[in-house]
Amino acid sequence: MPMLEVKNLHVTVDGKQILKGLDLTVNKGEVHAIMGPNGSGKSTLAYVMAGKPGYEATEGQVLLDGEDILAMQSDERAAKGLFLAFQYPLEIPGVATMTFLRTALNAQRKKRGQAELSTPEFLKLVREAAGKLEIDTEMLRRGVNVGFSGGEKKRNEILQMALLQPRLCVLDETDSGLDIDALKIVSDGVNRLRSPDRAMVVITHYQRLLDHIVPDVVHVLSHGRIVKTGGKELAHELEAKGYAQYQEEGVLAS
Amino acid sequence: MNAEVRSVKTHAEQALSEAYQASKAKLPGDRKVVALREAAAARFEAIGLPNRRVEEWKYTDLRALIGEAKPLAGTPDAASIARAMTAGHLIGDMDARRVVFVDGIFVPELSDLTGLSPGLTIRSMAEALAAGDPLIADRLGKVVPSDSEGVFALNTALMRDGALIHVAKGATLERPIHLVFAATSDKPASVFTRSLVVIEQGARAMLVESHDASAAHQVNSALELVVGDKAHVDHIKITSGPANLVHVSSLMVAVGANARFNDFAFNIGGGVVRNQTFIRFDGEGTLAGLRGASLLKGKQHVDSTLVVDHKAGGCQSREVFATVLDDESRGVFQGKIVVRPHAQQTDARMMTRALLLSDEAEADNKPELEIFADDVQCGHGATSGALDQDLKFYLMARGIPEVEAEALLVQAFVGEAIEGIEHAGLRDALMERVVGWLRARGS
Repeated sequence: MPMLEVKNLHVTVDGKQILKGLDLTVNKGEVHAIMGPNGSGKSTLAYVMAGKPGYEATEGQVLLDGEDILAMQSDERAAKGLFLAFQYPLEIPGVATMTFLRTALNAQRKKRGQAELSTPEFLKLVREAAGKLEIDTEMLRRGVNVGFSGGEKKRNEILQMALLQPRLCVLDETDSGLDIDALKIVSDGVNRLRSPDRAMVVITHYQRLLDHIVPDVVHVLSHGRIVKTGGKELAHELEAKGYAQYQEEGVLAS
Repeated sequence: MNAEVRSVKTHAEQALSEAYQASKAKLPGDRKVVALREAAAARFEAIGLPNRRVEEWKYTDLRALIGEAKPLAGTPDAASIARAMTAGHLIGDMDARRVVFVDGIFVPELSDLTGLSPGLTIRSMAEALAAGDPLIADRLGKVVPSDSEGVFALNTALMRDGALIHVAKGATLERPIHLVFAATSDKPASVFTRSLVVIEQGARAMLVESHDASAAHQVNSALELVVGDKAHVDHIKITSGPANLVHVSSLMVAVGANARFNDFAFNIGGGVVRNQTFIRFDGEGTLAGLRGASLLKGKQHVDSTLVVDHKAGGCQSREVFATVLDDESRGVFQGKIVVRPHAQQTDARMMTRALLLSDEAEADNKPELEIFADDVQCGHGATSGALDQDLKFYLMARGIPEVEAEALLVQAFVGEAIEGIEHAGLRDALMERVVGWLRARGS
């Protein structure tokens, strides 16, 4: 059984149809890239999978391990192993990152019937994961993402991913706003999480992230549908030729 | 047709005037106190209970809200005293000197007046009034005069007991003083408590007032506080009680030069609660923080009204108030900052925020700035709104269930105000109360 199966997904946002019959199959162990021009529906796909209010699936299914997650609350999806790394991580003044991480981790463990982590166990995990991402643990005492630079926010997303150990990671424009050094740290963090039991969907506009996180499969999304699927060389082709041809195909197809 | 030209007294006003006439002979105080009471009773007679025609009370029409006045509280019986043993628990396990008042009367057996540190004097207000304590003649009713305040006048007329505290020049109190006001009679009553606290120059003290009630009491509490030059004073007031409790409190504070004063009001119960604070800066170089957090549900009505009077220049005042409103509750904030002529270099800022958890809740906010000096910095800000849905989604996307996600966001919201409390133990205890309130909401 594939880990993720998106079947004929139609999604409207504010009454406007954005996804128009999207199909996608991802097996465990695979990394899929979804590329596409602005406005093609990339972020909508990420949000609808995570269950953001206002993103309404009017038709189709999103199956995680064969189970449709569309009717589930966002927290249930997360407990089932879905993780969305946000394009724009939010700032939460007054909620310390440590508290946030611990609440999230223990909530997921509880839902899966696992025991909560003790404070020393938790701190050890955080220190290790933060160290690898070059995040100063002092920063984790502050409010979530408050006063963080763009790069620090993205690293914080990957830290959450490393701690929560999801089975399906969806990365939405993780490279946006990153300089070369930060891009390397973040990509290394993502690559460390690649495993035969885990799948990733990497959403990006540019090919450069895919030099660091090398995908198994590349899809082109245009006008709410996957219009082309290929190997990693497809990303290079897009970088050279741009999205123009697919945009046109998309228009013709719809 | 017989048109009304003057407002007729309500039942409650009439009952209160009669209660004064009937009990004045038994109320404590020497000749001077009697004169003070008489003058206050006459003022109350003239102005009556505050109502919506009085600008300062336009959102809290006490005359309409109070209906019938309850009879004056009697001397607490053994059952009331027993019930009061656990009062004031909201402060957690903070080590403090408890001074307990049950139904407005000082109860020595529940209080700890032993081993007072040098420079500290505590006595019951009833005893001080009767004995003609010099502090009474010097200060009572004079800290921040307020002739137009009907409820304060009523308090002066009917004050029965409370605390009289004096902290001598330079004295430092290691242990906070906890004034525990417990209205635990099972018969609804009117309770009038009056306290006077004088902290002399350079002294350091922390004062916690907690108000608990067990029934539909009508509590009118007043505290006059003098903060001397270079003194450092923390005052925390915690109010809780059942949904049919009416609690009106007046805090009058005069602060000297180069002093520090931190005030915090925590409201987590009661039906109608009005906390009015009048603070005046008499000397330069003082820093004052006035903060508050209120958690409202059901049909609770909580009104925080502040008048910050920068009479002297070079002082800094900060107000941060956070109110969480659920169900059909109503929160009122009125904050007035006055900067007198010559009070140059004043730095005054006020921030109030309301978080509405229900469509039926209402938050009213009225900031007022009266600035008569030209070299000052004054500002105010107010926000009100629902929980941020995007933040909630972010938390839920990490596996945090909805109720817990909302609780985290509410805690963060009130946390900003609670952080202003210097005492870590008390801060944690109040945060725990917030968590408890949220848990009760989620269940």
